[in-house]
Amino acid sequence: MSTLNGLSGFVHRQRRGAELVLMILALAVGIGGYAAVGLGVKEEVPPDIFGYGTWLVALLIGAHIAVRFLAPYADPVLLPLVAMLNGLGLAEIHRLDLAAGLTDAGGAFARQQLIWMTIGVGLFVGTLFLVRDHRMLQRFTYTCGLAAVVMLILPMLPVIGSSKNGAQIWIQLGGMSFQPGEVAKVLLVVCFAGYLVLHRDALALAGRRILFIDLPRGRDLGPILAMWLVSLAILVRQHDLGSSLLFFGIFVVMLYVATERRGWIIVGGGLFLVGAVLAGTFISHVHSRVEIWLHPFDYYQAQSGPASDQLVNGLFGLAWGGLLGRGFGEGEPWRIPYANSDFIVPAIGEELGLTAVFAILLCYGLIVERGLRTAVISRDDFGKLIAVGLATSFAIQVFVVIGGVTNLIPVTGLTTPFLSYGGSSLVANWVIVALLLRISDQARRPLPSLPSDDEVASDATQVVKL
Amino acid sequence: MNRPIRTLSIGCLILFVALMLNITYVQFVKADSYDDHAGNRRVTEESFSRQRGAILAGKQAIAKSVKSKDQYEWQRTYPKPFEYAPITGFLSFQYGQTGIERSQNDILSGDDDRLFTNRLIDLVTNSDPKGGNVELTINPKVQDAAYNGLTALGSDVQGAAVAIEPSTGRILAMASTPSYDVNNLASHDIGETEKTWKRLNADDNQPMSNRATQTTLPPGSTFKLVTAAAALENLKMTPDSLVNGTNALDVPQTDKDMHNEGGESCGNLGQAKVSFTTALDWSCNVAFGDVALKLSDKELREQAEKFGFGQHYLDDISPQARSSFPQGTLGPAYRVLSAIGQYDVAATPLQMAMVSAGIANGGTVMKPYLVDRVTSASLDVIDQGHPEPLDDGQPAISSSTADQLTTMMESVVDHGTGTAAQIPGITVAGKTGTAQSDPDRPPYAWFTAFAPAENPKIAVAVMVQKSGTPRNDIAGGALCAPIARAMIQAAVGQ
Repeated sequence: MSTLNGLSGFVHRQRRGAELVLMILALAVGIGGYAAVGLGVKEEVPPDIFGYGTWLVALLIGAHIAVRFLAPYADPVLLPLVAMLNGLGLAEIHRLDLAAGLTDAGGAFARQQLIWMTIGVGLFVGTLFLVRDHRMLQRFTYTCGLAAVVMLILPMLPVIGSSKNGAQIWIQLGGMSFQPGEVAKVLLVVCFAGYLVLHRDALALAGRRILFIDLPRGRDLGPILAMWLVSLAILVRQHDLGSSLLFFGIFVVMLYVATERRGWIIVGGGLFLVGAVLAGTFISHVHSRVEIWLHPFDYYQAQSGPASDQLVNGLFGLAWGGLLGRGFGEGEPWRIPYANSDFIVPAIGEELGLTAVFAILLCYGLIVERGLRTAVISRDDFGKLIAVGLATSFAIQVFVVIGGVTNLIPVTGLTTPFLSYGGSSLVANWVIVALLLRISDQARRPLPSLPSDDEVASDATQVVKL
Repeated sequence: MNRPIRTLSIGCLILFVALMLNITYVQFVKADSYDDHAGNRRVTEESFSRQRGAILAGKQAIAKSVKSKDQYEWQRTYPKPFEYAPITGFLSFQYGQTGIERSQNDILSGDDDRLFTNRLIDLVTNSDPKGGNVELTINPKVQDAAYNGLTALGSDVQGAAVAIEPSTGRILAMASTPSYDVNNLASHDIGETEKTWKRLNADDNQPMSNRATQTTLPPGSTFKLVTAAAALENLKMTPDSLVNGTNALDVPQTDKDMHNEGGESCGNLGQAKVSFTTALDWSCNVAFGDVALKLSDKELREQAEKFGFGQHYLDDISPQARSSFPQGTLGPAYRVLSAIGQYDVAATPLQMAMVSAGIANGGTVMKPYLVDRVTSASLDVIDQGHPEPLDDGQPAISSSTADQLTTMMESVVDHGTGTAAQIPGITVAGKTGTAQSDPDRPPYAWFTAFAPAENPKIAVAVMVQKSGTPRNDIAGGALCAPIARAMIQAAVGQ
């Protein structure tokens, strides 16, 4: 690899101290946000601020210490970024709980989310502990693929499958609902990466040219295409538009990076356009989403048919917030239905303003940038592909959900990573961060100090003086 | 594989920049227009918890906020809800705002940028922000005369009356019946307002529609003023020119004749030729049909448009329906019908008042307006309504034509169809109208006038769309002229 030569003279520092400082800042945002919510809504610092703060500190400093031991060379910015987003999300969910009159005893979402976060951080540490070298995942390429498909089928099974708001993407187990699609996302990225690493040369070079595009041989592309089509078909059947879009995007991007052929972007973009137009024309619920996107106010408070109340109330909230926001407790984010999941960004934008939305977007942007940087400096192709897949999945997901709720594109159902309420999404995203840290740890770690060729050569010409 | 990754990172950057630009657009650029949206409950609720400014007609408040005992602190009340409903509109919790409440919302709520210093002072002194006041051009006496005159015709009368000051365009009165109680819609009792809203929307009499500006109907013979104006301007005619005084007009390209109302000759004088003034006195269809045959479609249409047909001119309350003169080639049959205000000619009462006001003002039509002054809560004047001519000051008719028409209209009230509008000591100039829209429906009665003719202070238009009056008795002169007379008396002070 060319990168190896280019970087061989450069040794990355661990920068764990920097991570700690940033982590303290992130904790200040999380705990400060929680206190500010209490002050704004109830005019008092929440009585449980000490317990809550200790819990957050224990979790996040714990995660930091785990990184110190398990991945000492890992990227120092990623963990504080996600800690900050997670903490801010918790504060906003708590704020919406207060508005809805939910208490910790009575089904508060913030309490649930904190439990999920604890599980997520646990899995984060567990992943770092178990996956000492990400290359071992390559062994599970097909297992991951199969597991992903099973995960996607689960919600359609009787008894455990469950449908909410027209999308059948949940499973119910012992009172907990879980969205397996989020986990399937990670599994599919690993599976794509493992497969593409083995077949990238065949995909890129063997094949025949049809029109202007070099099409690979069926036997090289077949398995991956089949797997992708299966997952896509399931998603379409389950009416999960957002995830279909996300999976498709990840697939095209990874194919492009693996083969280094720009044609795939063009083919992928073309397929996307055709699919979008077909879906927009023939699938009624997609069609109404597009209509609402184009004319949101025509469907506001509609007596019958599709209504745009959620979107429009979000837009009103954002406008009401303006540059600096109304302040916690001064806005009315409870006007937006499901504000704590998909529409959490408008809720934050209303009370903390455009400034906070920009800060959030910058955090996401930095996460993506750090992921892609990890991919660039990674020493092995498998690690590169996983990092690219995970980083782009972040970028696409953020674009699809935030673009949707701010009416840049039609609304599709996806959670906002780390901010939205939702256990499966939070847990899966913590695992994603663990994987990215693992890959970056491998990439930034100094090379083992083997005697170099030069030394061996100079040994040979050494003059032995007697 | 690094080259595609770098390309990809640029792609991701574009996605994020797009998100940032879009959110800036939503939260900064479009924020004001979202805040102004009628369905925006955040803004409505805030306006309910703030002392909103008053709307004043003369010295009396026709909409004001008073302390309320419920959770919202302030209750909007309308002391004369029925009379002023078409003007003030309402401030409702569920249904947003209408009328002046809507168009002047920023001032009344205190959000207007021109109230910035007041807001700053409120902030520093920690006093509750107060909205500014809106003073209307309405003259309460004229408004009373208009509203009382209409309601005196019967409880379910559908009609409207408008008055404008010819030299400025100030709207002095605007009434529409049947009206509705805006207080019921401004109530904080959501169940109550919803019931009222449903009932008002289901009502066939459409009480929530402001007939003075939103209803366009064939103006009937009052449109002969426009036809007469076109004839005086384009055909070198004078009030003394002789026109067809017989009882029938053979309309080219049709096998039907045009007749006068009642079927007799013009004014029942039995003369083959009568003067143009006489023709207007008795509102003779045959005479005006004959004149219309000499005019072109274009001349007639352009004259109507110069008076304001097809235009949007009222900014202070919306919506304003555009009055219309049929487009395209009419041909003789439809031209003669259009010339007497039938066929597809449709006008609002406000439009017909503007025709009279234009004639009264020496040919220049002024843009009508309702907001006289806006003041801050401490009564500093922030803005003032300015008289503005329609069409950038291009007069609708020359001043000599205006003088001739004035003389002709005086004659109508002096001894023609409009004698019911006579006021001792004041010269009134007017024109009646009765539009036969449909054989099954009662005709619409119209009257438009201005006074005093030598120095006009007020121009009015009264329209009755439907009343309990027996069909054969309906005529603009009998039904509408007395209302117009009362309004003129209220304005001129006798």
